[in-house]
Order: sequence, then structure tokens, then C-alpha cells
Amino acid sequence: MLRFTLTRLLSLCLSLAVASVVIFAAIEVLPGDPASIMLGVNAQPDTLAALRAELGLDQPMAARYLDWIGGLLRGDFGISYTYRTPVVEMIGDRLAVSLPLALFSLALTIVIAFPVGIWAAARRGSVADVAIMGLTQLGVAIPNFWFAMLMVLVFAINLQWFSAGGFAGWDAGLFPALKSLTLPAIALALPQASILARVMRSALLDTLSEDFIRTARAKGLSRREALWRHALRNALIPVLTIIGMQFSFLLAGGIIIENVFYLPGLGRLIFQAISARDLIVVESVVMLLVFAVIVVNFLVELAYAAVDPRLRAR
Amino acid sequence: MSHSQTETGAPTEQGTLAAALRNRNLILGGLLTLVFLGAALISFVWVPYDVTQMAIANKIKPPYAEHLLGTDHYGRDILSMLMVGARTSIAVAVLAVGIGMVIGVPLGLWAAAKRGSLLDEVIMRGNDLVFAFPSLVIAVMITAAFGPSATNAIVAIGIFNIPVFARITRSGALTLWNRDFILAARVAGKGSARISFEHILPNVLNLLIVQGTIQFSLGILAEAGLSYVGLGAQPPTPSWGRMLADSQTFISFAPHMALFPGLAILLTVLGLNLMGDGLRDLFDPKLRRGRT
Amino acid sequence: MNLLDIRNLSLAIHGTPILHDVSLTLEAGRILGVIGESGSGKSMTAFSTMQLLPQGAEPTGQILLDGQDILTRTERDMCSVRGREIGMVFQEPMTALNPLKRIGDQVAETITQHERVPRRTAMERAAEALRRAELPPEKFPMSRFPHELSGGQRQRVVIAMAIALRPRLLIADEPTTALDVTTQAQILALLKKLVREEGMGLMMISHDLAVVADMADEIAIMQKGRVVETGPAETLFREMQHPYSKALLAASTHAPERGAEVAETPLLEVRKVRRSYALPAKTPFGARREIEAVKGVSFTLKRGESLGLVGESGCGKSTLTRAILGLEEVQSGEIALAGAPVFTGHKPNPEVRRKMQVVFQDPYGSFNPRHRVARLVAEPFHLLPDTPRAERDRAVAEALEAVGLSAADGAKYIHEFSGGQRQRIAIARALITRPELILLDEAVSALDVQVRAQILDLLADLSDRFGLSYLFISHDLSVVRSITDRVLVMKSGEIVEEGPTEQVFDSPQHPYTQALVAAAPVLPDDVAA
Repeated sequence: MLRFTLTRLLSLCLSLAVASVVIFAAIEVLPGDPASIMLGVNAQPDTLAALRAELGLDQPMAARYLDWIGGLLRGDFGISYTYRTPVVEMIGDRLAVSLPLALFSLALTIVIAFPVGIWAAARRGSVADVAIMGLTQLGVAIPNFWFAMLMVLVFAINLQWFSAGGFAGWDAGLFPALKSLTLPAIALALPQASILARVMRSALLDTLSEDFIRTARAKGLSRREALWRHALRNALIPVLTIIGMQFSFLLAGGIIIENVFYLPGLGRLIFQAISARDLIVVESVVMLLVFAVIVVNFLVELAYAAVDPRLRAR
Repeated sequence: MSHSQTETGAPTEQGTLAAALRNRNLILGGLLTLVFLGAALISFVWVPYDVTQMAIANKIKPPYAEHLLGTDHYGRDILSMLMVGARTSIAVAVLAVGIGMVIGVPLGLWAAAKRGSLLDEVIMRGNDLVFAFPSLVIAVMITAAFGPSATNAIVAIGIFNIPVFARITRSGALTLWNRDFILAARVAGKGSARISFEHILPNVLNLLIVQGTIQFSLGILAEAGLSYVGLGAQPPTPSWGRMLADSQTFISFAPHMALFPGLAILLTVLGLNLMGDGLRDLFDPKLRRGRT
Repeated sequence: MNLLDIRNLSLAIHGTPILHDVSLTLEAGRILGVIGESGSGKSMTAFSTMQLLPQGAEPTGQILLDGQDILTRTERDMCSVRGREIGMVFQEPMTALNPLKRIGDQVAETITQHERVPRRTAMERAAEALRRAELPPEKFPMSRFPHELSGGQRQRVVIAMAIALRPRLLIADEPTTALDVTTQAQILALLKKLVREEGMGLMMISHDLAVVADMADEIAIMQKGRVVETGPAETLFREMQHPYSKALLAASTHAPERGAEVAETPLLEVRKVRRSYALPAKTPFGARREIEAVKGVSFTLKRGESLGLVGESGCGKSTLTRAILGLEEVQSGEIALAGAPVFTGHKPNPEVRRKMQVVFQDPYGSFNPRHRVARLVAEPFHLLPDTPRAERDRAVAEALEAVGLSAADGAKYIHEFSGGQRQRIAIARALITRPELILLDEAVSALDVQVRAQILDLLADLSDRFGLSYLFISHDLSVVRSITDRVLVMKSGEIVEEGPTEQVFDSPQHPYTQALVAAAPVLPDDVAA
């Protein structure tokens, strides 16, 4: 298990290093001079030079990269050009919205998908199963931001149960804050829950056709007991993979949903930064998102090993 | 149960057509897909109203006889906008799937042919890395660098499709490489490149078609999302995602503006997904038997 | 009263009839062997007795266990019967256990499922069951996971699960088919011992006449869902009436007639061949370990000879086969066909390869399902310089006809053929380049016995007509015995014994060969003649 963790950890660090190079290259090298992009085509040569010096663009690329990475490791993400505040503070504020939103929707996804998937698998072929699978088929196909708009129309504008957008802030207390995240979280979670429920069901059905389920049945377990005691844990492996991918999707998908609800999260930040050509902020937010995805994948692999003894042995 | 197969024998392959006709998912999904493909194709020669013409006097009309799906805030006909918008969605999704397949499939074949080697490891780790950049993040990066456009949306979704196709190709190919008919081809002196294209590719084609349908539907969803936040096709090119973005301001008094583009996306994606499921069911008995 | 009394059992699945009027009886402490080829309904009879049938199955008739009809019981009732009154052992031990649960827990589950006992008691009784299955927890801790055990050991876990509650009836469905011959002998001995000592009734399902003949008290022969013959084991083989039983017995003991003329010139020469593989290191920075699969093997195959290579799984015979075929280069040693090396300068030599072809075990996996038979058969032409289309077509037609198919079959796809026909097509593919040597890698192991007999006849006939030599690689001693002139016995990467087939089998010298021969199930002497 230790060896497994170590090799995975090594590969995690390697992925992070390569990802940082890719982001750095994409933002700083590909489009030409960031300073002139930031200032636009009509920039004065001396302002341009000043900005270049401030950004450290007059230094060689390798030095700039190391400088950037060193800063990231120390928690210094640089200073936003447009806002003149440390990027790390801006991100911190926005993360206080985006991360809870992602976790909230992930929790909703799992809480909805597991019972539904298991229930449908246990009743394979029944009317309930067919109906549930039809509904999830709709859930998979629905664009989440459209669903969000419809919910605003129904629950905020017509029923007035929720506000149409904005964030109450954590200072307002846990309940108002969570309440303003509820519609966004549902909008994010419903399509993902549909996907996960389908994966759960098909993974369970695959496992239920395995030989060891027949062995369990020959011991006197009922169909249902075999499902709970033997199939479920084996079915978790593909389910975990999907959950890992979904977390990254929820984090990134939040960018769009935040727009629908005018939430001051990373998504809003990134669009403001793009329109203000604040490349340092864009770079940092992208790196943060990628970091989160890679770490979650690492945790998923550890979870595999916790579930499957065959992996631990390696 | 699995043991029944050896006793009763495998199903015959004849009647694939009959099976297709009995496959409700395939028929329903195929019909929905055809409707939208048809709408996009027809829009090249005919649309009810010109979508570049504004008619402010006629703006934000709910559906009525002359405008079956109503008009938008510039008085444009929503049905016409949807028909032309279908072209954007389909073009972006098709090209993005194309990018994913053209690059991902050979990579997957190559990794499988050199399975266990350093090359395989590099390709698969590279895939993992691309997976760490969700298509939205790639789009954000590209937009930050080059500005928003439909091309960037295609590239962003396409890049994300590469590891999807590389993975599925590789995993399908890996099981095939263990089969005796590949060994027979090697005994006949064929090299791994030739085997990959002559024996492996035709046998993973089913997998690729099913995955292609799914990625196509995901592409349509992703394009809509990117256009919605302004990272996709730019005005005046109509696109479903931006129609939704435009409708947001008017949602309380003109819900039809939001309803129809959303339904268009929903039904197209639903159609493609149903078709993908149907195709999988159609292909599966063959795949399953292949594994025994 | 009989322990088990199956009366007029018929079964249809989704309207397709599978079993017709099957009647069988079994007394406590006795062994009933049920024999049949694939599709005979033997496994479905077993699953009917457990009431573990696929969806859409409709059984009719009676299955009496101690006079109680199982078919009238509710599913809930059956849950208390399975595991407690009837235990079952399956064919494939590699997949029969839950990979995520410890073996002790899996055995204990049988007990906790049926009796309210504390976990400690259940674990103690699980340990006792494992001991009875001869997998003592002292040597194989109950905390092990299935993947830490070999196939034979896993099968003992499955047996321990089945016998933990001392059921009165045990059903074993091909319990040793997936195992090596020496392991098979141990498992069969264990089952026999359990029946004798604990007074269980055992219903033993097998395709292998010899396995059943060795241990059963009563034998039933099934064909196409019907019982065609039953009787006591001692007399059945001598007194069989039904033509199918007779054909089955004849096929099981069939030895093809061969007019072999072995020349003294060597055809294939293997000298001091070594092949080892690197294993991943145990620690990230540790030294890479190596496993030596073939440890300096030498032998010669003479022109016109049929040479057997026998050994159990993992003995290195597959590695050796791949090396001979030129699919993998060896670390040291030489392999030469008709004097020319298979590998020249790290590249396989196509000139040598064309003189050597192979037939694999699995008739279902040996062909690309998307190509027509003509294209499949023509594939080895790749080894020859460009051959005109017409000549190819003629060669394909000739090869198909040589194996008893017709030239028109070339236009069909492989799924249109049965297992036996596919193996004929595989042989046609091997013949197409007019090779001198054909490697038969378990080529008849997956076939039913009657089909197997036909393929063996075909091979003998082709050898005479085309002057072919065979290297016959198999784990099945009886097949090797019937078709080879000389035999090599391989163990742990080395050839431990070599000699004329009759001599090696009749008076084996090496202890391993002796164990192998002793373990192989044989039909009673008087019927084998």
C-alpha cells in the first residue's frame, strides 16, 4: 500500500510539473507578448516597457517560469494587473464560493445517484427501472445552464422561494449562504446525478452477472443480499472513476452556472480577467483548477486501492 | 446469466437489420437526430425568415401563426434561428469529434501495439494530463490567448476528445492483441502497424462509433455552454447557446425565448444518446461473443 | 428413499426447450456422474436442482430432495436450502470467488447465512471447513484474498464454502476442467474422500468420460437435453446400448491410424534455448527481477515425425512455442528449421517462417470475425513473394477441400461455422504455404470428444498426404499419446524426460512424469481397447 501511494504521489508531482509547463507555455509563449495583449494595440511604447519590466518579461523564459513556480509554491501568485491586489487573495475570496458549490453539488450527485442506481439495478427490467432510466436519459441530455434558467423562472421568479441570483456571503450565516447555493448546486448536480445513476446501475448489473455472484447465491443468499454484500463493492470501482471525473467537471462547470446566478466565484473571476486581459489571474485560476483535478484523481486512485486488495499488492 | 450462453449457444448474426428495427432506442434516437440534421441541411436552401434581418417592431412575440416559435428581442424568427443555429452546433461537434478521432485513434492503436513500453506510458500519461484540463478550461486558455471564436470552441472540445478516443481505442485494442487471430497474423509475418490497421481497427470500429455518438452529443452540449458564456461562435452567427444567453434578460416575461433553444439542445442530445445506446445494444452480442 | 430423485424434468428457456424428461437418482454417500458434450443440458440439470436458472426458465416435472419437491418451493425457501442442504462447486475457480473479500469471510458467510452464531464461532467453523477441504488455515491464513491463491487452492475454498454446513447433496459442475492434471487428481480425490467420510451424495458433471469413470458409482450420459443411458459405473462401459454412448466412448479412446514414416534427417533443431522475462521491481528503485521461463532447452524433431510436448500451465511450453515460431527472440541458444535459423540478425526470417505454421487452441478466437474465410485462409501468403490472385484463389480452394470443407465456404464469414469446422479452417490456413512443420498448440483441447476424434483423423491423414511433421503441444496426455511418435515432458522451463511415446507413458522414469501419468484419469482397461 505504501509503495502504491508513493508511486502515485510521484506521478502526481510529475503531472503537476508538466501541467504547469503547459499552462505557462500556453499563456506566456503562444500568444506573443502578454504585455501588449494586456494593454491592447494602442499602448504607448514606454508603458509597454514598464509593464514588461514589472511582469519580469525582460528576463529569459526559464527564469520567468521558475519565478512563477517558486511563487506558486510559496503561495505568492503575483499581483493582478487590473485590480492591483495579490492574486492569491482574489482567488481565496472566490474559492470560498466555488469550492463549496462544487462540494455541495458533488454531495447532491452522490446522494441522488446511489439510491436511484441501486434501486433500478435491483429491479432490472421492471416498469420502475424503465421509467427511471428514461428520466436519467433526459437528465443526461439537459444543458445544466438551461435547467438553471428554468429553475430561476419557476422557483425564483414565479414561486419566489429563492432569490434569482447573487450570493448571501458566509458572513450572513450558514443557512442563507447555503440557500443561495442551492439552485446552482441542483442545476449542476442533476445532469451529473443522471450520469452517475446510469453508471451505478450498469456497473451493478455487470457485477451481478459475474461468477462469484452465482457462488454467493449457491450459499443461500437472496438476489438482494448478493447485490448488497458482494456486487456493490465490486461495482464501486467504475463508479469511483466517474465520480473523480465529475468533480473536475463540477468545478469547471461551475464557471458557467456561476454566470447564470451571478455568483462571485472563480468563474466570474476568470471572465472578468479575460475581458480585462489580466493574464496573471487567468493563469493562476487555470493552474488552480488543474491542480484540483489532479489531486482529486490521486485521491480516486487511493480509493481504488482501499476498495481493491489486488491493487494494494502491487 | 453467463452460463446459459454456453449451453444454448450464441445468437446468430443474421437478422441484424431485424434487430435494429426492434431497437426502440435506435429508432427514436435516429429519428430525433435526423430531424435536426434535416433542419440544418434545409437551412442552407430555405429558412422561414432571414435571420440577419432585424424587425424591431415585431420583437419578443410569443408563438403565433406567422412565427411558429415566436420572435426574439430583435424581432428575428426563432424557428429560423434554431435551424441556422443547428448548423453551428453540428459543425462544431462534428469537427471536434473528428479532431478527437483523427488524433486519438492512431495514438490509442500505437500505445496498444507497444503496450507496456515507455511509449505507451508516455501516451497514456499525456492523456491523463489532458483530462486534467476540462474542455471549458482549455477554451478559457485559448480564448485568453486568441480571443473567442467558433474555431476555438472546436479546438477546445476537440483536444478534450483526443484522450477519450485514445483510451477507448487502446483498451479495445489491448483485449484484441491477446487474441489468437492476432498471433496468427504475426505468424504470417505481419508487422504491428499492419496488424493495427488490418485487424485491430475494424474490430474496435463498433466501440468507436458508439463513443463517437456520445462525444458528438457532449460536443453539442459543450458548444452550447461555451457560446452561452461567450466563448463560442460570435455574432452574427446564430448559435443555440447564445440564444439562451440573450434570452436570460427577458426570461420573466418572454420564457419562450429560453424554452425553444433549450429544447432544441435537449432533444438533439437526447436523440444522439439514445442512438448511441441503441447502437451499443445492436453491436453488443457480437462483442460479447468475441470475448469468449 | 433416494437422496435426490429427478423425475421427468423438462426445461425451456424463453420457450426454447433445453431438457426433455430427464430422470436421475442419487443415494446418500454415492457419486452420480453426469456426462455429456457441450449443449447436452448437463449443467442446466445441475442448475435446475439448485433452482439457479436464468430468467425466463420454465422447469416442469419433479426434483425430489429427500422426497420434498424443490420445484414447488418458493424462492425464499430455496435460499434456506442452498448452501445448507445442497452445496455447489463450479467450473472456473479463478472467477468463482469475490475478489474483494478475504477467503475466511467468504467461507464463514455460508454459516452466518443459515445459523445465528457469533462471528468468532463462524470463523472457527470456517477454519474447520477449510481444513476438511485440505487448505489448513495454519498454512493458508484465512485473511488471504483470492488473488493470493492458485487455481487449485481457490477451488478448495469454493469446496470449503460448499461443505461448511455439511449439506447432504453436493453438486460439482466440471470442478476440475480449468485445472492442471495433477491438481485435478488432488481435487477429485478430495471430493471422493468427502463423499465417503461424510456420507454426502455427489452429483458430478463432466465432459470427460475418464474423470467420471474414475470416481462415479452411477453414470448418466446425456445428449441434447435427454438422458440416453444410465447404469452402474462398473458395468456401464461394457454394456452400453445407446448408439450415442457407444460413439462417445469410441471417440474418447480413439487413436487415429497413421502411416508414419520418420526420416532420420532433423527438421527442427532447438539447441540450448533460454528465454527470460523482466518482472517489475518490488520497490520503485529496486533491482529488476527476472523470471526464466525456458532454461536451456534442446531437442530435435525429425522429418515426418509427430513430436509431443507435454507439461502443465506455467511450465514454459507457450514461451517455447512463441520462440520457435519466431515471434519472440530468445536470449541465447539456436532454433533452426531445415538447417536455417528462425532469427537472422534480430529479425525473423520469412523464408524459414513459411515452412512452419501453427494451429491454436481456441476455435473462436483464432479468426478475425470481420474477414471472409478465403481472406483468413490466405493470410500466410504475406510470407511469400507476391502470388498472383488466381493462384491464391486456387490454393485457398485446395486447402479448404483438403480439410474436408468446400471451396464455396471461402465466401462465408467465420461465425457461420461450428467449433470443429473452425479448427478445420485453422488447419487450412496452416496448410496454405505448404509448410513442412505444423505446431499444434492445444489444437484439439477446446473441442468435444467426437469432433476431436475427427480432427485427429484429419491431422493423421494430412501428415501422410503432405509429408507434414507435427509438434503437438498439449496438457492432455491421452491426446498426445494417441497421435505422437515421441514425447517431451517439460517442467519449470526444462525438459525432464524424452523418449518414444509408448515408453514414456508406460514406464516413466522421471518422478514428475510418473506423477503426471499417475494423475491422468483413464478409462477402465477393458473398455479402452
